[in-house]
Amino acid sequence: MISFTDVSKSYGDLRVLGPVTLEIPAGGVTALVGPNGAGKSTLLTIAGRLLDPSTGTASVGGHDVQRTPSRELAKVVSILRQENHFVTRLTVRQLVGFGRFPYSQGRLTAADREAVDAALEFLDLVPLAERYLDELSGGQRQRAYVAMVLAQETDYLLLDEPLNNLDMKHAVAMMKQLRRAADDLGRTIVIVLHDINFAAAYADRVVALRDGRVEHVGTPAEFMVPEVLERVFDTPMQVRTDGDFPLAVYYR
Amino acid sequence: MAEARTAKRTVPVPLRFAIVGAIVLLAAVLVLTWDIGPEPGSKGFWLIVRMRSVTVVTILLVAACQGVATVLFHTATGNRILTPSIMGFDALYVLIQTAMAFFLGAQALSATDGVPKVLVQSAVMVAFATLLYGWLFGGRRGSLHVTLLVGLVLGAGFGTLSSFMQRMLIPGDFDILSARLFGNISNSNAEYLPVGYGIVAVILLLVFVRRHRLDVLALGRDTATNLGLNHKREVITTLVIVAVLVSISTTMVGPMTFFGFIVATLAYQLTGSQEHRRVLPFAVLLGAAILLGAYFILHHVFNAAGLVTVIIEFVGGLAFVILLLRKGSM
Repeated sequence: MISFTDVSKSYGDLRVLGPVTLEIPAGGVTALVGPNGAGKSTLLTIAGRLLDPSTGTASVGGHDVQRTPSRELAKVVSILRQENHFVTRLTVRQLVGFGRFPYSQGRLTAADREAVDAALEFLDLVPLAERYLDELSGGQRQRAYVAMVLAQETDYLLLDEPLNNLDMKHAVAMMKQLRRAADDLGRTIVIVLHDINFAAAYADRVVALRDGRVEHVGTPAEFMVPEVLERVFDTPMQVRTDGDFPLAVYYR
Repeated sequence: MAEARTAKRTVPVPLRFAIVGAIVLLAAVLVLTWDIGPEPGSKGFWLIVRMRSVTVVTILLVAACQGVATVLFHTATGNRILTPSIMGFDALYVLIQTAMAFFLGAQALSATDGVPKVLVQSAVMVAFATLLYGWLFGGRRGSLHVTLLVGLVLGAGFGTLSSFMQRMLIPGDFDILSARLFGNISNSNAEYLPVGYGIVAVILLLVFVRRHRLDVLALGRDTATNLGLNHKREVITTLVIVAVLVSISTTMVGPMTFFGFIVATLAYQLTGSQEHRRVLPFAVLLGAAILLGAYFILHHVFNAAGLVTVIIEFVGGLAFVILLLRKGSM
């Protein structure tokens, strides 16, 4: 379980988040959605201890995020930001190997290598394993980073807009792979999504933020209702329910 | 980068290590034995070789300090264009020397020479670095950019203060001082070498133990934190290590701004790797090869040993500008 208690974040006088009190149960895929500047990424990075909250506490799997030593936490929760510091002279396999650092401190054991192979396979990266990161497309590189956090084998996986830079085919493939990681590997996945239709199609729960506060928590079916969507996004919306999952239409 | 990649297919990396190592050996032998008057094997021959060995040993120490310091600085700052001198280390060295000449007279510079002075000088530089990094970067709002900027401004401040004092020196004193402030391999004193080697050996061991953490640190703050590294602590530790290495090198042969930069840049290209366990030894070997080679050519062929660091800095500065223009940004 990931829980936030009175978490807020301010820069000077400007409060960008909170106070938020929220519990995200273990298991499944939880989507964080909301308009720009709603505080989705801020909330996620606080849970991933990349950002200290101004007030309140966050805990992941029972570990207080700020008090637990970073090294211990790295075996419980992994987080992937949108932009990653770009390192060129690394192969995909080397990058994914870094995911084992919390366990091996750099000396990969046979078990570590197996985990790396499994992660590469899971994300269809085996043919690209020996390529350098600067020889990959943006989408392939994104997948390599996701493979790294998968190899970290943490129960909790926090992803900040992993669909950025992906075309439709790769975005769908990525969501399917994440869905599989949740179903087959039993990971708890929290994912910031821009496209609410992806959230409706793949998530078990949707947490909607607006102006730094939690506006709505519920299943995709509960969330994909015009009144809720319009309240969150301030945009007129229609919801089509004639397919496998509800679809929001807001283009004109 | 494109040339590096094609070259990579032609010469395997272990062979490159061997080639650079062979150049180091060859240059060292040449520096030691070139153009010696007395018969090889005679007493006079060995006396001269022993005297020259001080230079070789100094060069190896400086190469190790500058190469490792620059690579670690790049790793800690996540930027491969910066050099440690941006933090004002060299300027601080110049300031210490100038202040001594200014307040105590130029004779004081040579009168106080000795191991205690070297230790005090290095201690001041390291204390300065630790305070600066600890205070600026270790704080709650610690930002690497602010730290670098303050280092830059302080460096400029030290430089101005030094040139102010230099203006007011007696011309004779100024002469003695400026001879010292040019990086000069012949400046080195055999007496400092054991201390220097002792400290550098401990530091290199520490770096070797941390090589995997350094690889993770190079992935940037967010990824390093995600992988369980205490990013802030690692950066400060790394910068303090850099401070120790730079202070030793500067005390031995004076300030060098761009030498570490060329060595590090070439080491990245020629090893085609990010891994510190490859890049660091290669940078040290390459540094030794360049310094020994340049020293041999200038000292024994052109008889102008004082120019070694000047020329290396000139070439290094040129390489720096070219790289900056080619990349177009930091």
